[in-house]
Amino acid sequence: MAVHDRRYKPYTGETTALRSRFLVLPRYAFKDVFKSRWLVFFLGLTVLPPLIFGIMIYIRNNLDALDRLSQLGLDIGSFYSIDEGFFANFLRWQYSFAFFLTLFVGPGLVSRDLANNGLPLYLSRPISRADYVIGKLVILLTLSSAITWVAGLLLFGLNGNMTTWGWMFENARIGFAVFVGSFLWISLLALLALSLSAWVRWKVIAGFMLLAFFLVGTVVPQVINAFFRTDWGHILNAVQLVRIVTAKMLGTTPPDGPPFFACIIALAVMAGVCLLLLNRRIRAYQVVS
Amino acid sequence: MESIIELEGLSVRFGKLEALKNLTGSFSGRAIGLLGPNGAGKTTLIHTLLGFYTPAAGTAKLLGRDIRKQDKETRALVGYMPERDSFIAGMTAVRFVRMMAELSGLPAEQALERAHEMLFYVGLGEARYRPLESYSLGMKQRAKLAQALVHGPRILFLDEPTNGLDPPGRERMIQLIKDIRDAGKVHVILSSHLLRDVEECCEQVLILKGGEIARFANLEEERQANKKFLELEIAGDAEAYVREVAALGCESARAGKRRIKMILPPELEIRSLYEVAARQNVQIRHLDYKRDSLQDIFLKAMDLESLGEANHGRA
Repeated sequence: MAVHDRRYKPYTGETTALRSRFLVLPRYAFKDVFKSRWLVFFLGLTVLPPLIFGIMIYIRNNLDALDRLSQLGLDIGSFYSIDEGFFANFLRWQYSFAFFLTLFVGPGLVSRDLANNGLPLYLSRPISRADYVIGKLVILLTLSSAITWVAGLLLFGLNGNMTTWGWMFENARIGFAVFVGSFLWISLLALLALSLSAWVRWKVIAGFMLLAFFLVGTVVPQVINAFFRTDWGHILNAVQLVRIVTAKMLGTTPPDGPPFFACIIALAVMAGVCLLLLNRRIRAYQVVS
Repeated sequence: MESIIELEGLSVRFGKLEALKNLTGSFSGRAIGLLGPNGAGKTTLIHTLLGFYTPAAGTAKLLGRDIRKQDKETRALVGYMPERDSFIAGMTAVRFVRMMAELSGLPAEQALERAHEMLFYVGLGEARYRPLESYSLGMKQRAKLAQALVHGPRILFLDEPTNGLDPPGRERMIQLIKDIRDAGKVHVILSSHLLRDVEECCEQVLILKGGEIARFANLEEERQANKKFLELEIAGDAEAYVREVAALGCESARAGKRRIKMILPPELEIRSLYEVAARQNVQIRHLDYKRDSLQDIFLKAMDLESLGEANHGRA
């Protein structure tokens, strides 16, 4: 390494593509994320449900295994079947894991830069504000995707492989619901985490606010529903909205709440507010008029 | 000479406040100092050139590239050392500078190599594996300089680089800036409220006042021009001496019994003044060039009543 020559020399080498420059942000962030042993342990835990559901698919489709279990008096066929309900259960687990994963990783991604005036350093380079936000979203979306829709589609594919490919075509809506439902949920979580941490600029407080958003979002709608004798209070409950949307797409019975399109609009409004907040906060310098 | 900054009626507003007012000019110096009192618009001008603020009217070009239409291309050419404490917590200096290099487009391996080189260059070689939050103020300033230089920018914006530094730290920073300037590969734009910093590092100075250009001066030309202004202190017949030097084309004025202020014609050498003194049996006890220091230029610019004629840079 040429550190013996301590005069200033300009850089004259090649440069990387401008379009993919923002991917530097997730690459560095992943290294930081995986430094935490707790997070690695947690990520290990998130693999358990896909593993258990995978074993269930294997047993359900393996005649030998079914025979042996029935000889032991366990009639698996009456316990569960691989259908919409099976994937709805799987998603319920993974949605919870995605929430806690976002809670661990999300708040520190932006607040760390904002708290130390790091944004001018990023934004004085060929990186736009949108690139910066996308770079940070990629981190959360990649991690959450791995444990939600990617794992879900792998299970879907496993069952298709163990039964017939025709099953996959007949139940294509399950695969679609797993992907779209998961993506809606993890996108909303990622936007909330980034916008709250951009707003408060403090990792711990941002984490508490994210937790509070969902806790308050569960309690307040119940009060509204009880007071006005309606189900529309759930329009404020992001968890319920995503559950309704996912259930409708899967074809299972949705929980109480507003109709499908009202849920979609409410989720879009929540995402819009997050983007608005990010647009106001992700600036090299705040201008006080 | 290639113009490094072109301002074309550039105006910036923050609500009702007009922070920059119709700035127009073309500047091409190797090192340009941005001077002005607090609130004059120095930092706002730098931030606007970096694309942090959208101009309300007009535009600017850096090395011929429009800051509004070619923002990413423009930012690829510049390095920026912010005024305020700016860093990414939880990172060692070498990782921080490397990441900044990669964000500017250097491939990972070259970025690592340049990060090491730049940290050695700014004198942080031994401390490069320490977390940034453990650095002293002077070290943080140098780390900021390293990240601004790591990708080899063509224009380097330095916003109050000596802010808060102790005298040795300031001296080290000024020396680095001079070295970068003298390397001849980077145009340095130095914003400072410290006249001494600008005087030591810059060839040209752009003085802002209330968001307008109050004065643009080439310090070297000013120094050259001042060489023709003399102040003398003599002993002997001052009247006769003044009469004879006037015959040589000197304009002079008595500033006391023995003191004379004089403007030499371009072709006249100082030696002639001594020859006249010898003929007149006059002793020249003291001879000095009138030094129109940066402070004088700055103070004159601040006193300008009408900014109309000075509103255009003379690069």
